[in-house]
Amino acid sequence: MRMKNFTLMFYVSLLIMGLIAPWLGIYPVYLMTLYCYAIFACAFNLMLGYSGMLSFGHAAYFGFSSYITAHLITVYKLSTVVAIFAGMTTSCLLGLVIGFIAIRRSGIYFAMITLALSQLVYFVCLQASFTGGENGIQGVSRGDLLGLVSLKDDLSMYYFVFLVFVMVFLFIQRVVNSPFGQVLKAIRENETRACSLGYFVDRQKLLVFVISSTLAGLAGSLKCVVLGFAALSDVLQATSGEVILMTMLGGAGTFIGPVLGAGIVVTLQDTLSDKVGSWVTVIIGAIFVLCVMAFRKGIAGEVHAFLSRRLEKGAPSENP
Amino acid sequence: MSDIFGIPTQVILGQLLLGLLNGSFYAMLSLGLAVIFGLLGVVNFAHGAFYMLGAYAAWFLWGRFGVNYWVALLLAPLVVGILGVGLERTFLKHLYKIDPLYGLLLTFGLSLIAEGVLRELFGSSGQSYPVPDLLKGALDVGFMILPIYRVWVIVASLSVCFLTWYLIECTRLGANLRAATENPKLVQAFGINVPRMVMLTYGAGVALAAFAGVLSAPIIQVSPLMGSSLVIVVFAVVVIGGMGSILGAILSGLSLGVIEGFTKVLYPEASNIVVFVIMAVVLCWRPSGFFGKD
Repeated sequence: MRMKNFTLMFYVSLLIMGLIAPWLGIYPVYLMTLYCYAIFACAFNLMLGYSGMLSFGHAAYFGFSSYITAHLITVYKLSTVVAIFAGMTTSCLLGLVIGFIAIRRSGIYFAMITLALSQLVYFVCLQASFTGGENGIQGVSRGDLLGLVSLKDDLSMYYFVFLVFVMVFLFIQRVVNSPFGQVLKAIRENETRACSLGYFVDRQKLLVFVISSTLAGLAGSLKCVVLGFAALSDVLQATSGEVILMTMLGGAGTFIGPVLGAGIVVTLQDTLSDKVGSWVTVIIGAIFVLCVMAFRKGIAGEVHAFLSRRLEKGAPSENP
Repeated sequence: MSDIFGIPTQVILGQLLLGLLNGSFYAMLSLGLAVIFGLLGVVNFAHGAFYMLGAYAAWFLWGRFGVNYWVALLLAPLVVGILGVGLERTFLKHLYKIDPLYGLLLTFGLSLIAEGVLRELFGSSGQSYPVPDLLKGALDVGFMILPIYRVWVIVASLSVCFLTWYLIECTRLGANLRAATENPKLVQAFGINVPRMVMLTYGAGVALAAFAGVLSAPIIQVSPLMGSSLVIVVFAVVVIGGMGSILGAILSGLSLGVIEGFTKVLYPEASNIVVFVIMAVVLCWRPSGFFGKD
């Protein structure tokens, strides 16, 4: 019970912090980028943390969706929200196709297949005419929100992105706590048993794959609107690696972990990239090694384990 | 000169040679990947990085110490192999009992470190390495011109592949290795030092990647990123072939290289993605790959 109160307080204070953050002098664009990556990592966590599927190609949805949104805004002058939805729909379909192929194998093969297929998407983006090749798509205007509020202003854009982030966060919580989420955990723990209990394992896996890729697409589209461009680097395998790192570092299988991980990685890149050059890659690699060797539960996982030991020890146990 | 589908035979033969060349690299790398996976249960993401390190080792030995190509061909794999053994002892051996995904993630991290360090040391632009004097020039065989170095690469890598296959399938050492792949505990009970075998296998697999790296150094630009995209293609090759069989890895590597070469003639835009498309088709039709056991 104390753990529950503690968690609720923690989330409420985070929410308040998110609402007042732009007034504290923190650069809004940095925060918005952070939220986009947080959405991306939360979507990824739905697969790695709750279904035990390691996708090594999530950059495909993130980057491709951002290209679609950028193209629709710059060439067809569609409104921002419609373009974001179109990006999501595309990554949903892309996830459906790639997921259909990838779920034929599991474990290590699944990771390799998703990586190979995302490389295919990368080459398509590199060669297709609408993506602008190496240059990407520049000059994506933010437009307005359903004709009501202009998003040109950083502050209104900030609250829009924050709202989307909170909605995605709650949605993922809802999914994980639903019967569907329970089935996913059952598949993660023992796929054969889930299958013999009568669940259509492949269908469930495909469904979570599609949900995750759609949300990854949302993150990509949102990032493209925030920053005003879509670039080839978002489709690169390095981005797939980054989202894995964010999730692992923060704590796969926890709600807040991916957000935390995204915060750390984005901050690292933001502060270090102009100072130390390619050492950033080395640092990211070293964090990877550290995560795998020393703390596989991630920051949130370790803190949660520590707190529940501390808090539950003193309190009388609820169900003896 | 005659044409096939309106394409000069010269061009087709040239691309066939190039395809065989790429294919022999795929074969060598996927072979090492398959052997390591068989015994360690680890998909070695760093395989591309070790390939790159092999090429850099040869380039560095030549530029700094004037070591010639033939010595580098032995020395570079040795150095990289020792590095691999060191990494296996410090990191990988702690991961055998847990989910194999952690091995993939660890080796991914290691390859990022290797790429970043080399980019910092030598810059991200490509370095060139000279073709050894003995293998310079081209051979005119009547119907086409054969660059000698490329022929040498194909011959050398196929011999190495065959040697590895022979070592694993036809010798006592190989029999122990295969037995340890099936049941390490039982093999250990027979008095064979399995952890040492695992360590040396990783070293050998990594050395094979470095050997491929040295072979490739005179043909392509030596750069920190030369391995990272190659390893993804090799993953696809391994998925197509199935990781169960040595011969399967060699055959699928070679044939995919040739298919890629032909695609370059027929429809150049698709040559980058043809391997991935084939992988997708094979997965729909035969999920465990052509030579896969499960």
